[in-house]
Amino acid sequence: MDKNKYIINNLNVFWNKAQVLRSIDIQVPSHKILGIIGPSGSGKTVFLRSLNRMNDLVPEIRVEGQILLDGEDIYHPECDAVSIRKRVGMVFALPVPLPASIYDNVIFNPGLSGIRDHKKLDLLVEKSLKSAFLWDEVKDRLKTSAMRLSGGQQQRLCLARVLAMEPEVILLDEPCSGLDPISTAAIEDALRILKDTYTIILVTNNTKQAARVADNTAFFLMNEMVEYGPTEQIFTVPGDKRTNDYITGRFG
Amino acid sequence: MKVLTEKGIYRLLMIIALSAIAMLLLIVLFILKEGLPFIFITGIRDFLLSSEWKPAAGKFGIFPMLVGSLWVTLGAMIVGVPLGLAGAVFISEFIPRWAMKIIKPTIELLAGIPSVVYGFIGVMVLAPLIRDYFGGPGLSIAAGAIILGIMILPTILSISIDSIKAVPNSYREGAFALGATHWQTIHMVVIPAARSGIVAGIILGLGRAIGETMAVIMVVGNAVKLPGSAFDSVRTLTANIALEMGYATGKHREALFATGVVLLVIIMVLNYFAASAIKRGVKK
Repeated sequence: MDKNKYIINNLNVFWNKAQVLRSIDIQVPSHKILGIIGPSGSGKTVFLRSLNRMNDLVPEIRVEGQILLDGEDIYHPECDAVSIRKRVGMVFALPVPLPASIYDNVIFNPGLSGIRDHKKLDLLVEKSLKSAFLWDEVKDRLKTSAMRLSGGQQQRLCLARVLAMEPEVILLDEPCSGLDPISTAAIEDALRILKDTYTIILVTNNTKQAARVADNTAFFLMNEMVEYGPTEQIFTVPGDKRTNDYITGRFG
Repeated sequence: MKVLTEKGIYRLLMIIALSAIAMLLLIVLFILKEGLPFIFITGIRDFLLSSEWKPAAGKFGIFPMLVGSLWVTLGAMIVGVPLGLAGAVFISEFIPRWAMKIIKPTIELLAGIPSVVYGFIGVMVLAPLIRDYFGGPGLSIAAGAIILGIMILPTILSISIDSIKAVPNSYREGAFALGATHWQTIHMVVIPAARSGIVAGIILGLGRAIGETMAVIMVVGNAVKLPGSAFDSVRTLTANIALEMGYATGKHREALFATGVVLLVIIMVLNYFAASAIKRGVKK
């Protein structure tokens, strides 16, 4: 259980000529929640998007260094980005349901893999929506458009959609930034249960959220990782003055 | 004083806007007034479904022209829609931004070439080729379909490109993050999301194909008969009006206006579908 899911060695990321991440070294243990905190523009999102090669879609971005997922270098030329993204699901800051029904949103990835068996899909939809704490609210209207859901429901749908993919890792990029406290609590509850099955990396602007759900916390500032350790330690006896200043709200 | 100027400008703009609408309305009314009585006297069925068009003998059946327009337009769709759709997807999804900045205005320039030039190319190049390889007169449905297919490309392409570009990038990212390949993203997410715009583009292209006159007169041969194959010569509704209006009088003239009424109805129905396709897209 204490195995490392991700091992990242000397990760440098450039946006055109500007360096947006500077020599990041981090090991992400599996079946734990890693919280990443830091002010906007500190490189958290770019870091997260490096982990499933979403940065490939932005031609201006160049990634250097090594990211090992279960020991496999995901930036190796022979490594297929699509298969990495199937193992590493991602939930974005803004919920982006596809313009289709709730049901079709959840089965998007299984559909890609060619699963057509209706019974199997029905079960998968139910299981995923239940894990995302959304089932009870939508079970009677699975065929209605996902665009009609509220923001919080849409975000949980996006989580369910990722769960239906049965990935190994779930990346969440400020998943609660636009949500009310109750929806936020629903997502946090979901995460606490999901970490038994998945490795979770949670980028958040809300320092308290990291304190609530993360097992380990990393603090990013000005394109660097300042500190990384067990959440308790980061929030009680931070080793760096900047971390202390940030979590006590003195800046950022 | 200021209020007066404001009101004056408001009135002026309103008069200009209303006069544009009024002109359109007058044209429609005029065509209807000239054409409708004829249709009712002859009978809709006889007018639309009779194959005899002999103005000198007082026989006015536009069925061959109706069929001609239908085939030429259908052919233009078969040529234009796949090319337009594939081109739009390629241009908006695959090529870098700087190249698109060159290609898109070039495509729009295609729409600015006068139709007589397209027709001229059709007569000089395309018709002889068809005659040599497929037989028949060369001036045929096939020639018209190919020329029209090319002529409606800019319409389909530029509207489709705009609607594909308008699909939020977050949809693409969402699909990619769920493990879709580029092609899966395009055909499962991007095209469905842009569908209403693409459909509107196709319908507008369709309208243009039905209404086109000059290029069509030049390449389809204009024989008033039911075509037996794609390499036969036909006459379209628009060509019928343009060819005979110079000397038509009396009943004959009314029959041509009635042909105009038929065209008008077809175009209005198409525009209605295009508008509702666009509206559906907006609602989503």
